[in-house]
Amino acid sequence: MTLEILTPEKRLYSGDVYGIQLPGIDGLFEVLDKHAPLVSALSKGTVKVLQDKTRTERFSIQGGFVEVLNNKATVLVEGATALD
Amino acid sequence: MAGQLKEVRNRIKSVQSTQQITKAMKMVSAAKLRRAQDAIMQMRPYAQKLQEMLSNIVSNIDSGDVNIKLATERPVEKVLLIVITSDRGLAGAYNANIVKAARAAIASKYPAQFAKSNVTIWNVGKKGYESLTRFGYKTNADFKDLFLSLSFEQVQAVSAAAMKAFENGEFDAVELVYSQFKNAATQAFVVEQFLPIAKVQKQPGARKADFIFEPNKEELIAELMPKILNTQLYKAVLDANASEHGARMTAMDKASENANELLRNLKISYNRARQAAITTELTEIVSGAAALQG
Repeated sequence: MTLEILTPEKRLYSGDVYGIQLPGIDGLFEVLDKHAPLVSALSKGTVKVLQDKTRTERFSIQGGFVEVLNNKATVLVEGATALD
Repeated sequence: MAGQLKEVRNRIKSVQSTQQITKAMKMVSAAKLRRAQDAIMQMRPYAQKLQEMLSNIVSNIDSGDVNIKLATERPVEKVLLIVITSDRGLAGAYNANIVKAARAAIASKYPAQFAKSNVTIWNVGKKGYESLTRFGYKTNADFKDLFLSLSFEQVQAVSAAAMKAFENGEFDAVELVYSQFKNAATQAFVVEQFLPIAKVQKQPGARKADFIFEPNKEELIAELMPKILNTQLYKAVLDANASEHGARMTAMDKASENANELLRNLKISYNRARQAAITTELTEIVSGAAALQG
């Protein structure tokens, strides 16, 4: 699936990924390939992008939203920084 | 004669050095303008997606109306204007026009509230603060220095403060006064409603997919609204920033042109004075020689 992480200031991440871990407002969850359409609010925490089964990239966020539609995930966050 | 020559030469020199400054300022503004435009382009996908998400949610709500605090319309007693100007002058009529737009908005829309001194102005940018304070409006300089370090977080603080004040009933309406960026030479000075939020319309084009909503639609909308407002204000600030540099670039271009014109005229009078001096000198020599010959 494709993933885009957008902030008001720039496009933080864009590309094909295996999955993504998100700090949902009701708890941590993971979105994998062919996930059902979803809109969720995110709380403060860490977004973990699973590029494939071994490589990951992490971003800390202050909160935001995720939308999954047609195998495309869009994460909107305010105030995100890359970790590591 | 020689004195007049020197005077003209000095003026030429001073006009030239002024022109150097205006040319440099134009170049600097052009570079800054490009960066400001880039910033607008960068935030566009975010803003678009945010709107899209909202309309996706709204079109999945059957009842249509959404009740949230930030959208409640109350009788307008107290008004807040957020006026965005620049920190520096030499940008043509840019700041003056925004101040004019703000005053016109107060005079036409809120005269009754103004008479009871219920119109407050939050200034972003030093220039607007200075002149609006001079005109005797109730100004507040808390966010004056936003442009010193322009970032989303800074803008967010302003909109958070405005939202809080609106929710607490300190203001019943909040409007933005700023300049929309059209291109480097033209700006549109607008007064835009910020709070209460305009009713969200169902968009016919929105996709009606079977979304899973986490936590639920109402809460999602309540969470989305502040973000959309943040983005709206951020966009206004970025637009104002780009407009400022565009206006300054145009003003400085004009100034450089005027300097050229001035220089041309000065050169003509310089040459005329030089020629007059030479003619006088020649006449003196010739008549001196003629006197000797007797």
